[in-house]
Amino acid sequence: MNEPWWVSVIKSAIIINLVLVTFAYMTLAERKVMGRMQLRYGPNRAGPFGLLQPIADMMKLIRKESFFPGSGVDVLYILSPFVAAFTALSTFAVIPFGPGWEIFGTQVDGQIADIPIALILIFAIGSIGIYGFIVGGWASDSKYALLGSMRTCAQLVSYEVSLALSVLGVVIMAQSLSLTEIVSAQNDWWYVLPQFVGFVIFLLAGTAETARAPFDLPEAEQELVAGYHTEYGGMRFGLFTMSEYINLITLSGLAVTLFLGGWHFPVLEGLGPLWFVLKLFVLLFVFIWMRTTLPRLRYDQLMRFGWKVLLPVATINAVVTAILVVAL
Amino acid sequence: MPFGTAKGFGVTFRQIFNKPITQEYPEYKRPVYPRFRGRHRLHVHENGLEKCVGCSLCAAACPADCIRVVPAENTADNRVSAGERYARIYEINMSRCIFCGYCELACPFDAITLGNEYEISEYSRDDLIYTKDMLLAEPMKKVPVADPELYDTPIPAYRSSS
Repeated sequence: MNEPWWVSVIKSAIIINLVLVTFAYMTLAERKVMGRMQLRYGPNRAGPFGLLQPIADMMKLIRKESFFPGSGVDVLYILSPFVAAFTALSTFAVIPFGPGWEIFGTQVDGQIADIPIALILIFAIGSIGIYGFIVGGWASDSKYALLGSMRTCAQLVSYEVSLALSVLGVVIMAQSLSLTEIVSAQNDWWYVLPQFVGFVIFLLAGTAETARAPFDLPEAEQELVAGYHTEYGGMRFGLFTMSEYINLITLSGLAVTLFLGGWHFPVLEGLGPLWFVLKLFVLLFVFIWMRTTLPRLRYDQLMRFGWKVLLPVATINAVVTAILVVAL
Repeated sequence: MPFGTAKGFGVTFRQIFNKPITQEYPEYKRPVYPRFRGRHRLHVHENGLEKCVGCSLCAAACPADCIRVVPAENTADNRVSAGERYARIYEINMSRCIFCGYCELACPFDAITLGNEYEISEYSRDDLIYTKDMLLAEPMKKVPVADPELYDTPIPAYRSSS
Protein backbone atom coordinates (compact mmCIF):
# COMPACT_ATOMS: atom_id res chain seq x y z
CA MET A 1 0.00 0.00 0.00
CA ASN A 2 1.36 3.42 -0.92
CA GLU A 3 1.47 6.15 1.67
CA PRO A 4 -0.63 9.24 0.98
CA TRP A 5 1.24 12.40 -0.04
CA TRP A 6 0.30 14.40 3.04
CA VAL A 7 2.00 11.89 5.30
CA SER A 8 5.26 12.66 3.51
CA VAL A 9 4.73 16.38 4.02
CA ILE A 10 4.13 15.97 7.75
CA LYS A 11 7.04 13.58 8.07
CA SER A 12 9.44 15.89 6.22
CA ALA A 13 8.44 18.80 8.45
CA ILE A 14 9.04 16.69 11.55
CA ILE A 15 12.33 15.30 10.30
CA ILE A 16 13.73 18.65 9.19
CA ASN A 17 12.99 20.05 12.61
CA LEU A 18 14.43 17.03 14.36
CA VAL A 19 17.58 17.25 12.27
CA LEU A 20 17.91 20.96 13.01
CA VAL A 21 17.46 20.39 16.73
CA THR A 22 20.00 17.59 16.58
CA PHE A 23 22.37 19.98 14.83
CA ALA A 24 21.85 22.68 17.43
CA TYR A 25 22.42 20.36 20.34
CA MET A 26 25.22 18.59 18.51
CA THR A 27 27.17 21.85 18.69
CA LEU A 28 26.46 22.04 22.41
CA ALA A 29 27.28 18.37 22.97
CA GLU A 30 30.49 18.76 21.03
CA ARG A 31 31.60 21.70 23.14
CA LYS A 32 30.53 19.96 26.34
CA VAL A 33 32.18 16.62 25.57
CA MET A 34 35.32 18.28 24.25
CA GLY A 35 35.39 20.42 27.37
CA ARG A 36 35.12 17.44 29.67
CA MET A 37 37.84 15.64 27.73
CA GLN A 38 40.07 18.67 28.26
CA LEU A 39 39.17 19.00 31.98
CA ARG A 40 36.90 21.97 31.31
CA TYR A 41 33.15 22.34 31.78
CA GLY A 42 32.22 23.69 28.38
CA PRO A 43 29.34 26.16 28.08
CA ASN A 44 27.35 26.18 31.32
CA ARG A 45 26.08 29.74 31.65
CA ALA A 46 23.07 30.01 29.31
CA GLY A 47 20.29 28.14 31.07
CA PRO A 48 20.73 25.06 33.24
CA PHE A 49 23.86 23.17 32.16
CA GLY A 50 24.18 25.60 29.25
CA LEU A 51 21.18 24.03 27.55
CA LEU A 52 20.09 27.34 26.03
CA GLN A 53 23.51 27.96 24.48
CA PRO A 54 22.55 26.87 20.92
CA ILE A 55 19.52 29.18 21.04
CA ALA A 56 21.65 32.05 22.28
CA ASP A 57 24.18 31.37 19.52
CA MET A 58 21.45 31.36 16.91
CA MET A 59 19.91 34.60 18.20
CA LYS A 60 23.31 36.22 18.03
CA LEU A 61 23.95 34.99 14.49
CA ILE A 62 20.54 36.10 13.24
CA ARG A 63 20.84 39.57 14.75
CA LYS A 64 24.26 40.22 13.26
CA GLU A 65 24.67 42.60 10.36
CA SER A 66 24.69 40.78 7.04
CA PHE A 67 27.56 42.26 5.14
CA PHE A 68 29.41 41.18 2.05
CA PRO A 69 32.80 42.05 0.61
CA GLY A 70 32.69 44.92 -1.84
CA SER A 71 34.73 43.11 -4.46
CA GLY A 72 32.89 39.82 -4.07
CA VAL A 73 30.34 38.38 -6.47
CA ASP A 74 27.11 39.21 -4.72
CA VAL A 75 24.70 36.68 -6.21
CA LEU A 76 26.98 33.71 -5.74
CA TYR A 77 28.11 34.95 -2.36
CA ILE A 78 24.54 35.06 -1.09
CA LEU A 79 23.42 31.92 -2.86
CA SER A 80 26.15 29.48 -1.86
CA PRO A 81 25.22 29.14 1.85
CA PHE A 82 21.71 28.28 0.78
CA VAL A 83 22.96 25.67 -1.66
CA ALA A 84 25.11 24.12 1.05
CA ALA A 85 22.35 24.12 3.65
CA PHE A 86 19.62 22.93 1.27
CA THR A 87 21.60 19.99 -0.06
CA ALA A 88 22.67 19.03 3.44
CA LEU A 89 19.07 19.00 4.65
CA SER A 90 17.60 17.26 1.64
CA THR A 91 19.88 14.21 1.77
CA PHE A 92 18.26 13.14 5.01
CA ALA A 93 15.03 12.48 3.11
CA VAL A 94 16.07 9.04 1.93
CA ILE A 95 17.58 7.68 5.14
CA PRO A 96 15.24 5.10 6.67
CA PHE A 97 14.73 5.30 10.41
CA GLY A 98 12.04 2.67 10.88
CA PRO A 99 10.35 -0.29 9.22
CA GLY A 100 7.16 1.62 8.41
CA TRP A 101 3.91 1.42 10.30
CA GLU A 102 0.20 1.45 9.72
CA ILE A 103 -1.42 4.14 11.84
CA PHE A 104 -5.24 4.42 11.74
CA GLY A 105 -5.32 2.59 8.43
CA THR A 106 -2.78 4.95 6.86
CA GLN A 107 0.53 3.62 5.63
CA VAL A 108 3.50 5.51 7.09
CA ASP A 109 6.89 4.61 5.65
CA GLY A 110 10.07 4.64 7.68
CA GLN A 111 11.57 7.43 5.58
CA ILE A 112 10.38 10.45 3.64
CA ALA A 113 11.13 9.10 0.18
CA ASP A 114 11.78 5.45 -0.54
CA ILE A 115 13.56 5.53 -3.87
CA PRO A 116 15.42 2.60 -5.45
CA ILE A 117 18.65 4.58 -5.99
CA ALA A 118 18.76 6.29 -2.60
CA LEU A 119 22.48 5.71 -2.12
CA ILE A 120 23.40 7.28 -5.44
CA LEU A 121 21.06 10.17 -4.69
CA ILE A 122 22.84 10.89 -1.41
CA PHE A 123 26.23 10.99 -3.10
CA ALA A 124 24.89 13.08 -5.97
CA ILE A 125 23.26 15.66 -3.72
CA GLY A 126 26.33 15.67 -1.52
CA SER A 127 28.45 16.50 -4.56
CA ILE A 128 26.16 19.40 -5.42
CA GLY A 129 26.57 20.64 -1.86
CA ILE A 130 30.31 20.90 -2.42
CA TYR A 131 29.56 23.65 -4.95
CA GLY A 132 28.22 25.75 -2.10
CA PHE A 133 31.57 25.56 -0.33
CA ILE A 134 33.71 26.09 -3.41
CA VAL A 135 31.66 28.87 -4.98
CA GLY A 136 31.19 30.58 -1.63
CA GLY A 137 34.93 30.73 -1.08
CA TRP A 138 35.57 31.94 -4.58
CA ALA A 139 32.82 34.57 -4.57
CA SER A 140 34.17 36.12 -1.36
CA ASP A 141 37.21 37.41 -3.29
CA SER A 142 39.56 36.80 -0.38
CA LYS A 143 42.78 34.87 -0.49
CA TYR A 144 42.05 32.88 2.65
CA ALA A 145 38.56 31.98 1.50
CA LEU A 146 39.89 30.98 -1.91
CA LEU A 147 42.65 28.85 -0.41
CA GLY A 148 40.10 27.28 1.90
CA SER A 149 37.74 26.42 -0.91
CA MET A 150 40.63 25.05 -2.99
CA ARG A 151 41.55 22.76 -0.13
CA THR A 152 37.91 21.79 0.37
CA CYS A 153 37.67 21.02 -3.31
CA ALA A 154 40.82 18.87 -3.41
CA GLN A 155 40.02 17.05 -0.20
CA LEU A 156 36.39 16.35 -0.98
CA VAL A 157 37.17 15.12 -4.46
CA SER A 158 39.95 12.86 -3.17
CA TYR A 159 37.97 11.30 -0.37
CA GLU A 160 34.64 11.01 -2.17
CA VAL A 161 36.19 8.27 -4.30
CA SER A 162 37.13 6.22 -1.26
CA LEU A 163 33.77 6.94 0.35
CA ALA A 164 31.86 5.69 -2.67
CA LEU A 165 34.10 2.63 -3.01
CA SER A 166 33.75 1.73 0.66
CA VAL A 167 29.97 1.44 0.39
CA LEU A 168 30.31 -0.65 -2.76
CA GLY A 169 30.92 -3.74 -0.64
CA VAL A 170 27.60 -3.22 1.12
CA VAL A 171 25.82 -2.62 -2.15
CA ILE A 172 27.26 -5.84 -3.60
CA MET A 173 26.26 -7.84 -0.54
CA ALA A 174 22.74 -6.44 -0.36
CA GLN A 175 22.44 -6.39 -4.15
CA SER A 176 20.50 -3.17 -3.97
CA LEU A 177 20.97 0.58 -3.91
CA SER A 178 17.77 1.14 -1.97
CA LEU A 179 18.51 1.93 1.65
CA THR A 180 15.36 0.16 2.90
CA GLU A 181 16.45 -3.04 1.19
CA ILE A 182 19.96 -2.69 2.53
CA VAL A 183 18.54 -2.39 6.04
CA SER A 184 16.22 -5.36 5.55
CA ALA A 185 19.20 -7.37 4.32
CA GLN A 186 20.85 -6.76 7.70
CA ASN A 187 18.06 -8.52 9.57
CA ASP A 188 20.29 -11.38 10.68
CA TRP A 189 23.72 -9.77 11.02
CA TRP A 190 24.90 -6.24 10.53
CA TYR A 191 27.24 -5.45 7.67
CA VAL A 192 29.79 -4.02 10.08
CA LEU A 193 30.99 -7.61 10.64
CA PRO A 194 31.66 -8.77 7.08
CA GLN A 195 32.38 -5.24 5.88
CA PHE A 196 34.49 -4.05 8.81
CA VAL A 197 37.18 -2.68 6.50
CA GLY A 198 34.52 -0.86 4.53
CA PHE A 199 33.07 0.57 7.75
CA VAL A 200 36.42 1.92 8.90
CA ILE A 201 37.14 3.41 5.48
CA PHE A 202 33.66 4.91 5.42
CA LEU A 203 34.19 6.57 8.78
CA LEU A 204 37.64 7.90 7.86
CA ALA A 205 36.62 9.13 4.42
CA GLY A 206 33.43 10.52 5.92
CA THR A 207 35.42 12.50 8.47
CA ALA A 208 37.45 13.94 5.63
CA GLU A 209 34.31 14.54 3.62
CA THR A 210 32.73 16.62 6.39
CA ALA A 211 36.07 18.41 6.96
CA ARG A 212 36.34 17.51 10.62
CA ALA A 213 39.47 16.95 12.68
CA PRO A 214 41.90 15.33 11.97
CA PHE A 215 41.03 16.18 8.36
CA ASP A 216 39.95 19.77 8.97
CA LEU A 217 42.51 21.27 6.62
CA PRO A 218 39.93 23.31 4.69
CA GLU A 219 39.40 25.40 7.81
CA ALA A 220 42.78 25.16 9.47
CA GLU A 221 42.51 28.19 11.72
CA GLN A 222 46.23 28.67 12.12
CA GLU A 223 46.85 28.99 8.40
CA LEU A 224 43.60 30.06 6.79
CA VAL A 225 41.70 32.09 9.40
CA ALA A 226 38.54 30.03 8.84
CA GLY A 227 38.64 28.50 5.38
CA TYR A 228 36.05 29.11 2.71
CA HIS A 229 33.69 30.96 5.07
CA THR A 230 36.27 33.52 6.19
CA GLU A 231 34.31 36.41 4.68
CA TYR A 232 30.95 35.22 5.91
CA GLY A 233 29.20 36.48 8.99
CA GLY A 234 25.86 36.22 10.70
CA MET A 235 23.40 33.57 9.68
CA ARG A 236 25.14 33.00 6.35
CA PHE A 237 28.09 31.71 8.27
CA GLY A 238 25.56 29.89 10.43
CA LEU A 239 24.14 28.16 7.36
CA PHE A 240 27.61 26.94 6.37
CA THR A 241 28.26 25.59 9.85
CA MET A 242 24.80 24.09 9.86
CA SER A 243 25.38 22.33 6.57
CA GLU A 244 28.65 20.92 7.85
CA TYR A 245 27.07 19.53 10.98
CA ILE A 246 24.04 18.24 9.12
CA ASN A 247 26.33 16.56 6.61
CA LEU A 248 27.96 14.90 9.58
CA ILE A 249 24.60 13.80 10.95
CA THR A 250 23.56 12.50 7.53
CA LEU A 251 26.84 10.68 7.20
CA SER A 252 26.39 9.07 10.61
CA GLY A 253 22.83 8.16 9.64
CA LEU A 254 24.15 6.62 6.45
CA ALA A 255 26.79 4.69 8.36
CA VAL A 256 24.10 3.39 10.71
CA THR A 257 21.94 2.41 7.76
CA LEU A 258 24.66 0.75 5.74
CA PHE A 259 26.80 -0.90 8.39
CA LEU A 260 25.07 -0.90 11.77
CA GLY A 261 21.75 -2.41 10.76
CA GLY A 262 19.63 0.74 10.67
CA TRP A 263 16.71 0.39 13.05
CA HIS A 264 17.46 -3.27 13.81
CA PHE A 265 18.66 -4.33 17.22
CA PRO A 266 18.90 -7.79 18.77
CA VAL A 267 16.50 -6.91 21.58
CA LEU A 268 13.27 -4.89 21.58
CA GLU A 269 12.99 -4.79 17.81
CA GLY A 270 9.78 -2.73 18.10
CA LEU A 271 11.63 0.40 19.20
CA GLY A 272 12.97 0.85 15.63
CA PRO A 273 13.54 4.63 15.34
CA LEU A 274 14.90 4.84 18.87
CA TRP A 275 17.60 2.30 18.08
CA PHE A 276 18.41 4.25 14.93
CA VAL A 277 18.75 7.49 16.91
CA LEU A 278 20.80 5.76 19.60
CA LYS A 279 23.28 4.38 17.07
CA LEU A 280 23.39 7.77 15.39
CA PHE A 281 24.30 9.47 18.66
CA VAL A 282 26.98 6.90 19.39
CA LEU A 283 28.54 7.60 16.00
CA LEU A 284 28.32 11.35 16.55
CA PHE A 285 30.09 10.86 19.87
CA VAL A 286 32.81 8.94 18.08
CA PHE A 287 33.27 11.87 15.70
CA ILE A 288 33.55 14.31 18.62
CA TRP A 289 35.94 11.95 20.36
CA MET A 290 38.07 11.72 17.25
CA ARG A 291 38.16 15.51 16.99
CA THR A 292 39.42 15.84 20.56
CA THR A 293 42.02 13.13 20.24
CA LEU A 294 43.74 13.45 16.90
CA PRO A 295 45.82 16.38 15.69
CA ARG A 296 45.40 17.75 12.19
CA LEU A 297 47.21 16.04 9.34
CA ARG A 298 49.69 17.81 7.14
CA TYR A 299 48.52 18.44 3.60
CA ASP A 300 50.84 15.92 1.95
CA GLN A 301 49.91 13.35 4.60
CA LEU A 302 46.26 13.96 3.83
CA MET A 303 46.72 13.40 0.13
CA ARG A 304 48.99 10.42 0.62
CA PHE A 305 46.56 8.84 3.06
CA GLY A 306 43.63 9.41 0.71
CA TRP A 307 45.14 8.20 -2.51
CA LYS A 308 47.74 5.66 -1.39
CA VAL A 309 46.05 4.04 1.59
CA LEU A 310 42.30 4.52 1.60
CA LEU A 311 41.68 4.20 -2.12
CA PRO A 312 43.63 0.94 -2.67
CA VAL A 313 42.20 -0.62 0.48
CA ALA A 314 38.67 0.40 -0.50
CA THR A 315 39.18 -0.97 -4.00
CA ILE A 316 40.56 -4.27 -2.74
CA ASN A 317 37.70 -4.49 -0.27
CA ALA A 318 35.13 -3.98 -3.01
CA VAL A 319 36.84 -6.46 -5.38
CA VAL A 320 37.24 -9.15 -2.70
CA THR A 321 33.61 -8.69 -1.65
CA ALA A 322 32.47 -9.03 -5.25
CA ILE A 323 34.54 -12.20 -5.75
CA LEU A 324 33.29 -13.73 -2.51
CA VAL A 325 29.65 -12.88 -3.27
CA VAL A 326 29.94 -14.49 -6.69
CA ALA A 327 31.91 -17.49 -5.43
CA LEU A 328 29.82 -18.34 -2.38
CA MET B 1 51.52 4.00 15.35
CA PRO B 2 47.97 2.54 15.46
CA PHE B 3 48.50 1.46 19.06
CA GLY B 4 49.65 4.93 20.01
CA THR B 5 46.50 6.38 18.44
CA ALA B 6 44.32 3.90 20.29
CA LYS B 7 46.06 4.82 23.51
CA GLY B 8 45.33 8.48 22.78
CA PHE B 9 41.64 7.66 22.40
CA GLY B 10 41.78 5.92 25.75
CA VAL B 11 43.36 8.94 27.39
CA THR B 12 40.76 11.37 26.09
CA PHE B 13 37.91 9.03 27.07
CA ARG B 14 39.22 8.62 30.60
CA GLN B 15 39.34 12.39 31.05
CA ILE B 16 35.53 12.59 30.85
CA PHE B 17 35.22 11.05 34.29
CA ASN B 18 37.72 13.38 35.93
CA LYS B 19 36.47 16.51 37.61
CA PRO B 20 37.20 19.64 35.57
CA ILE B 21 39.82 21.89 37.08
CA THR B 22 38.04 25.05 35.94
CA GLN B 23 37.80 27.83 38.52
CA GLU B 24 34.40 29.34 37.78
CA TYR B 25 35.11 33.01 38.31
CA PRO B 26 32.09 34.91 39.58
CA GLU B 27 31.27 32.12 42.02
CA TYR B 28 34.84 31.37 42.99
CA LYS B 29 37.30 34.23 43.31
CA ARG B 30 40.85 33.09 43.34
CA PRO B 31 42.75 34.85 46.17
CA VAL B 32 45.06 37.53 44.88
CA TYR B 33 48.64 37.78 46.07
CA PRO B 34 49.22 40.19 48.98
CA ARG B 35 51.17 42.60 46.81
CA PHE B 36 48.58 42.56 44.01
CA ARG B 37 48.11 46.09 42.65
CA GLY B 38 44.45 46.97 42.29
CA ARG B 39 42.17 49.87 43.12
CA HIS B 40 43.85 52.83 44.88
CA ARG B 41 43.29 53.87 48.46
CA LEU B 42 44.00 57.20 50.16
CA HIS B 43 44.94 56.89 53.80
CA VAL B 44 44.37 58.98 56.90
CA HIS B 45 46.32 59.28 60.13
CA GLU B 46 44.95 57.87 63.38
CA ASN B 47 43.85 61.36 64.41
CA GLY B 48 41.67 61.64 61.30
CA LEU B 49 43.91 63.95 59.30
CA GLU B 50 44.66 62.98 55.73
CA LYS B 51 48.13 61.79 54.93
CA CYS B 52 48.08 63.44 51.52
CA VAL B 53 49.62 66.89 51.48
CA GLY B 54 48.80 67.73 47.87
CA CYS B 55 52.40 67.71 46.61
CA SER B 56 51.41 66.25 43.20
CA LEU B 57 54.44 63.98 43.11
CA CYS B 58 52.13 61.06 42.31
CA ALA B 59 50.69 62.99 39.37
CA ALA B 60 54.21 63.73 38.18
CA ALA B 61 55.25 60.10 38.48
CA CYS B 62 52.16 58.74 36.75
CA PRO B 63 53.11 57.42 33.30
CA ALA B 64 49.49 57.26 32.21
CA ASP B 65 48.79 60.81 33.43
CA CYS B 66 45.63 59.74 35.16
CA ILE B 67 45.97 61.56 38.50
CA ARG B 68 44.75 65.11 38.99
CA VAL B 69 45.64 66.95 42.21
CA VAL B 70 44.51 70.48 43.04
CA PRO B 71 46.10 71.57 46.36
CA ALA B 72 44.83 74.15 48.82
CA GLU B 73 46.26 75.67 51.99
CA ASN B 74 45.30 74.29 55.36
CA THR B 75 43.83 76.95 57.60
CA ALA B 76 43.34 76.94 61.34
CA ASP B 77 39.59 76.40 61.17
CA ASN B 78 39.77 74.01 58.20
CA ARG B 79 42.55 71.58 58.86
CA VAL B 80 42.37 68.59 56.52
CA SER B 81 45.84 67.16 56.30
CA ALA B 82 48.88 66.88 58.52
CA GLY B 83 51.02 69.07 56.29
CA GLU B 84 50.89 72.68 55.18
CA ARG B 85 48.62 72.01 52.24
CA TYR B 86 46.05 69.38 51.40
CA ALA B 87 44.54 68.00 48.21
CA ARG B 88 41.37 69.94 47.56
CA ILE B 89 40.69 67.79 44.52
CA TYR B 90 42.22 64.35 44.14
CA GLU B 91 40.96 62.40 41.14
CA ILE B 92 42.18 59.21 39.53
CA ASN B 93 40.90 58.32 36.09
CA MET B 94 40.62 54.54 36.42
CA SER B 95 40.05 54.07 32.71
CA ARG B 96 43.57 55.38 32.10
CA CYS B 97 45.38 53.90 35.09
CA ILE B 98 47.76 51.08 34.27
CA PHE B 99 48.21 49.99 37.91
CA CYS B 100 51.98 50.36 37.76
CA GLY B 101 52.24 51.52 41.38
CA TYR B 102 54.57 54.46 40.66
CA CYS B 103 52.26 56.81 42.57
CA GLU B 104 52.68 54.59 45.59
CA LEU B 105 56.47 54.76 45.23
CA ALA B 106 56.51 58.52 44.60
CA CYS B 107 54.41 59.43 47.61
CA PRO B 108 56.59 60.75 50.46
CA PHE B 109 53.91 60.16 53.11
CA ASP B 110 52.53 56.75 52.05
CA ALA B 111 49.22 58.51 51.52
CA ILE B 112 48.29 56.54 48.43
CA THR B 113 48.59 52.79 48.09
CA LEU B 114 47.25 50.29 45.64
CA GLY B 115 44.74 47.92 47.20
CA ASN B 116 43.76 44.44 46.14
CA GLU B 117 40.39 45.14 44.54
CA TYR B 118 40.22 44.54 40.82
CA GLU B 119 36.51 44.43 40.01
CA ILE B 120 36.19 48.05 39.01
CA SER B 121 34.19 47.85 35.78
CA GLU B 122 31.47 50.41 35.22
CA TYR B 123 28.89 51.05 32.55
CA SER B 124 30.07 54.59 31.89
CA ARG B 125 33.49 56.19 31.59
CA ASP B 126 32.42 59.03 33.87
CA ASP B 127 31.91 56.54 36.67
CA LEU B 128 35.53 55.48 36.35
CA ILE B 129 36.84 58.85 37.51
CA TYR B 130 37.35 58.19 41.22
CA THR B 131 37.06 61.22 43.44
CA LYS B 132 38.81 61.79 46.74
CA ASP B 133 35.81 60.66 48.77
CA MET B 134 35.70 57.36 46.89
CA LEU B 135 39.41 56.82 47.34
CA LEU B 136 39.25 57.61 51.06
CA ALA B 137 36.31 55.27 51.67
CA GLU B 138 36.64 51.56 52.25
CA PRO B 139 36.23 49.70 48.95
CA MET B 140 32.72 48.31 48.53
CA LYS B 141 33.80 45.00 47.10
CA LYS B 142 36.34 42.97 49.00
CA VAL B 143 38.44 40.37 47.27
CA PRO B 144 40.01 37.37 48.95
CA VAL B 145 43.73 37.80 49.54
CA ALA B 146 46.13 34.92 49.89
CA ASP B 147 47.85 34.40 53.22
CA PRO B 148 50.69 36.97 53.45
CA GLU B 149 52.69 34.50 55.58
CA LEU B 150 52.89 32.18 52.62
CA TYR B 151 52.77 34.43 49.61
CA ASP B 152 54.27 37.78 50.53
CA THR B 153 57.73 38.76 49.37
CA PRO B 154 60.70 37.88 51.59
CA ILE B 155 62.19 41.36 51.12
CA PRO B 156 61.09 43.33 54.20
CA ALA B 157 61.02 46.73 52.50
CA TYR B 158 58.59 45.50 49.87
CA ARG B 159 56.24 43.57 52.16
CA SER B 160 52.56 44.37 51.69
CA SER B 161 52.29 45.47 55.31
CA SER B 162 55.12 47.98 55.08
